[in-house]
Amino acid sequence: MIIISDMLQFLLFLAAFITLAYILGKYFDSVFTGKENILSRIIGPIEKYTYKLLGVNSTKQMNWKEYTWALLLLNGLGLVLLVAMQLLQNLLPANPEKLPAVGFWLSLNTAISFVTNTNWQAYAGETTLSYFVQMFGLTVQNFLSAATGIAVLLVLIRAIGTRKGEDLGNYWVDMTRAILYILIPLSIVMAVFLVSQGVVQSFSSYAHVTTIEGAKQVIPLGPAASQVAIKQLGTNGGGYFNANSAFPLENPTYWSNFFQVLSIILIPGALVFMFGFMLNSKKHARIVFGVMLFLFVAGVAVSYVSEMSGSPLYKGTVLMEGKEVRFGVFQSILWSVATTVASNGSVNAMHSSLSPVSGLICMLNMQLGEIIFGGVGSGLYGMFLFILLTVFIAGLMIGRTPEYFGKKIEAAEMRWVMAAVLIPNLVVLLFSAAGLYLRDGLAGIANPGPHGLSEVLYAFSSAANNNGSAFAGLNANTNFYNILTGMAMLCGRFGVIVPVMAISGSLVKKNIAPVTSGTFRTDTLLFAFLLTGVILIVGALTFFPVLAIGPGLEQLLMYLGKTF
Amino acid sequence: MELGKAATPLFDKKIITRAVVDSFTKLDPRTLIKNPVIFLVGAGALVTTYIVASDIINHTAVLFDMQICVWLWFTVLFSNFAEAIAEGRGKAQTDNLRKSRTTTSARKLEGDKETIISAMDIRKGDIVVCETNDIIPADGEVIEGIASVDESAITGESAPVIREAGGDRSAVTGGTRVISDRIVVQISTNPGETYIDKMITLVEGAKRKKTPNEIALSILLIGLTIVFSAVVVTLWYFLNYYHVTSGQDTSIVSVPILISLLVCLIPTTIGGLLSAIGISGMDRLLKHNVIAMSGRAVEAAGDIDVLLLDKTGTITLGNRMAADFIPAPGITEEELADAAQLASLADETPEGRSIVVLAKDKFGIRGRDIKNLQATFIPFTAQTQMSGVNIAATSAHSERIIRKGSLEAIKRYLSTESKIDIHKQSDYLFTHMIGVDIALEGGTPLIVVENMRLLGVIQLKDIVKGGIKERFAQLRKMGIRTVMITGDNKLTATAIAAEAGVDDFIAEAKPEDKLRRIREEQAQGKMVGMIGDGTNDAPALAQADVGIAMNSGTQAAREAGNMIDLDSNPTKLIEVVEIGKQLLMTRGALTTFSIANDVSKYFAIIPAITGTLFAVEGSHGPLAALNIMGLATPQSAVLSAVIFNALIIIALIPLALKGITYKPEGADTILRRHILLYGIGGLALPFVCIKVIDMLVVWLHLV
Repeated sequence: MIIISDMLQFLLFLAAFITLAYILGKYFDSVFTGKENILSRIIGPIEKYTYKLLGVNSTKQMNWKEYTWALLLLNGLGLVLLVAMQLLQNLLPANPEKLPAVGFWLSLNTAISFVTNTNWQAYAGETTLSYFVQMFGLTVQNFLSAATGIAVLLVLIRAIGTRKGEDLGNYWVDMTRAILYILIPLSIVMAVFLVSQGVVQSFSSYAHVTTIEGAKQVIPLGPAASQVAIKQLGTNGGGYFNANSAFPLENPTYWSNFFQVLSIILIPGALVFMFGFMLNSKKHARIVFGVMLFLFVAGVAVSYVSEMSGSPLYKGTVLMEGKEVRFGVFQSILWSVATTVASNGSVNAMHSSLSPVSGLICMLNMQLGEIIFGGVGSGLYGMFLFILLTVFIAGLMIGRTPEYFGKKIEAAEMRWVMAAVLIPNLVVLLFSAAGLYLRDGLAGIANPGPHGLSEVLYAFSSAANNNGSAFAGLNANTNFYNILTGMAMLCGRFGVIVPVMAISGSLVKKNIAPVTSGTFRTDTLLFAFLLTGVILIVGALTFFPVLAIGPGLEQLLMYLGKTF
Repeated sequence: MELGKAATPLFDKKIITRAVVDSFTKLDPRTLIKNPVIFLVGAGALVTTYIVASDIINHTAVLFDMQICVWLWFTVLFSNFAEAIAEGRGKAQTDNLRKSRTTTSARKLEGDKETIISAMDIRKGDIVVCETNDIIPADGEVIEGIASVDESAITGESAPVIREAGGDRSAVTGGTRVISDRIVVQISTNPGETYIDKMITLVEGAKRKKTPNEIALSILLIGLTIVFSAVVVTLWYFLNYYHVTSGQDTSIVSVPILISLLVCLIPTTIGGLLSAIGISGMDRLLKHNVIAMSGRAVEAAGDIDVLLLDKTGTITLGNRMAADFIPAPGITEEELADAAQLASLADETPEGRSIVVLAKDKFGIRGRDIKNLQATFIPFTAQTQMSGVNIAATSAHSERIIRKGSLEAIKRYLSTESKIDIHKQSDYLFTHMIGVDIALEGGTPLIVVENMRLLGVIQLKDIVKGGIKERFAQLRKMGIRTVMITGDNKLTATAIAAEAGVDDFIAEAKPEDKLRRIREEQAQGKMVGMIGDGTNDAPALAQADVGIAMNSGTQAAREAGNMIDLDSNPTKLIEVVEIGKQLLMTRGALTTFSIANDVSKYFAIIPAITGTLFAVEGSHGPLAALNIMGLATPQSAVLSAVIFNALIIIALIPLALKGITYKPEGADTILRRHILLYGIGGLALPFVCIKVIDMLVVWLHLV
């Protein structure tokens, strides 16, 4: 019975997701191609005023280097500002709990985390950060980092669609539009909905109450709903409260949960459709979307089966440790898969308590590079790297030098593709090895054995792929982990953005070869099959050994009755 | 003798012997570093050798490590062997070319003075003289004289060819022999830079430059190598973590085993065969008597979207032939044939001869003795555009003035000579109709008049080469459009285009039309291939992405193109395209195969080295479950994977040398087949092979 109800919920979820993503995709297309849309009357004047305020010439076009520098400048400034805010938190307003200044390494880690759209949280929100820092620091970065992802994707799309050009758009215009037309309106809708469900939105100091049993309790409050809305929509994932969306004040009801999961993958999904509209190749976009959807559904299915079959230790009952009874297995699994495919990282259950196989799926989702819908913008430009790999290898097999959208994929592109694929992967492997070898790393592990390996591996997989979810169990607020995860987040974000920008810079200059019967088609099921194969084989080949001796081993040991 | 054909069974004994020796000389790290994947295997082999050697000194040597060591070296040697054998086959062909060059001396001309110097001392710009039996010392252009030249040394064609100053047949190639007369040649290349030298460089691995796609592929391979290096190095740390924190026994994880895993994972198959594939591609071109100036051009050939083809010689046989006599009303066909033959008796052009032959074939009219006819022949001139004959009056007949020529020429002739307003003649209308008719069928009308009276029309037809239509259909399937270039008028061109099945044509084309068309196509992102010979083709050849110059062409054309066809056969372009595609397909297929192979190797080696983790005494650890092939022992598993990895290189050498068979089909069909064969096949095959090798290893008690 429960299985049928879960399946119905899943179908409802998928139907809502695909429909909304499609509609939004069309809307996004109109926003970025400057077409009239339902919000242009209202937002158009605000947009113009913003340019005036910022002194931006909205018609000026940038080449890839100018665009990249503008992007790095804004991100760099954001980073410095965010560190400063935390270091000076005690002197800044909106701090009713009188929280002290944050230590340097933790504040740096947090700043990197939010600038890179990771939202890895080595801190506990309610006991570490003031309202001011949360709102003007973190929430602002939630918007900026998500918009940056969209901007990079736009550059890529323009590069693919331009014949022998240089111009890739204007960073300031792209950012402004992404924020004004997409992120803010959607966040408002979401926040209002969340408040209606009971998520707190308050500037009062924490409530001190006495429970019926007579115990004293502190109930943390704050402007949560507004931050939660963007944390989900912008694939940021940083919870307002430490327990993230497992906390009733952050995620109170079934429907708040339903729409929060939905909003995790909504914009990434919509961007795929937008990509199709903008390049006028809807079929290719549908194929890419289909591949993502397939990997997503497969992840949910495997995790679900694994959780439902439970452990021989518990005589076949489903695994409920670490899950909210309100949500049950399915909603927890749906979330754990959605949040890891989509570089979101918010949680509504403790991933550490998932069955090892479900944990493995979470890790693999991240290790593949957050490309199954992925982060806002970053998911599709990450997927694009795999598409180029597929086109390159398979394209050769038809006897032509590889091309994508008629653009030749040559040494210059391959160099950057490999850089972007290598950097996060190397960071995950090497940093995990360091964490499991050095004393400082081992000190943070709560459960030795395979589970401890998973804790460290999960942490770096999450950081280097800008996911931000944590496996729990690992004490990550040490200088060792703060510094290493900080570096991992920076590498994972800009080690991909810069190569993608360089690829765009190279592609935009190329001519577009016409499609003939000898052309490698990227809008067929065959291509979907190939792309899936390349993703799985390249991803699996890189992480097979460590996943085997980590969560794989743990699962097998669990069958033998040994847990960690 | 066609170049190289004699020396190319797949495995020639002499080539193999030389390749075996070369496999060892190529172990030189300076050579090896050019192939980073194999270099890494070499480094791993060296480290293993060191370990084994120090174990031998300490009397702790393990037979297993020694075997691993040997197979690692074999992996490197096999890869070297693949390259060496490809080079060997190429060299065997270029050696023939080289031979023709080394023994030459040259007669250098300075003013009027002639000095004899070695061919190696000839420089660009020098002027040399060549007479009967002299060997032309280097590539150059005839600036004076005419001579017949034996080019069999490079083309394999025994019939001598004419080379003369000026015109489109002025280029001569070093190494060819003058067999009559005397020419003065201006040398256009320095020693070591001739076409033959360039070709030799392309098949010699050491000097060979990587082509653009090879570079891109190498980047992918190096990237994968870096990833797998990180995978293997970190694996040691992860296992060490279990050793340190959970007290697990990880003693099986020795350096030789980790090196084995690394060597199995990095793409050694494609890495080892990559240069062999490239070299043998050049080699195949050479076998088709095409000399490429660069590997880049060969690759580009695989990408061609549009082929520009001259009609004459490519699509049709060289010359038009008389196909039919169409008499005017009141004239019999035989009368027309008789007059036409008379008018053509002295016409030595192929057209003229074909008229004589047709008349003979159709009506048995024999060629008559010209002298007895008391005839004066009027040769074709550029002004009149007509030829014909005037036969003096005899007892049998009155004076006969016969003319044949194009419609325009005859029209002019009739109106000026006879002052007849031909537009009013119904005859004229008739001729005009037939003329149009013939043109539509792809023929050219040749009008015959006798004594100002219209006799009829000879239909001259372009004979479309047999099988060319099928060829173009294949090209279309491959996604390649063909454009015919012809000087004919639109009507004729349309008809021939339809008959030959080309996609498009340019009629009444001037040389600059070719260049313009190429630029237009390129602006749309297409890759254009063309073939040409004349000086006026040079700009177009240079503009085209793949320009093939005919060896018989001018020096200018040969310098502008990026390939030279020694046979001067215009249809060669199609073969070149196929070779280019084959080259890319072979690379792609082996890369896919190489990567797909890794899956099975994991299933062999990972359980071997992690099977002891958390083992309860007396049984395997849980990860031994990954040993789905049921390999006998950890050692046999690792050894089998390494052996497979080495042997597969040898096994695939024939494929690398011959290239994947190319069939002209749509991209989807080709892709589906190759994925099945090299993707799915590459996934499945090693499971079987490793299992079999494992059984052999156990049977032979190797571990």
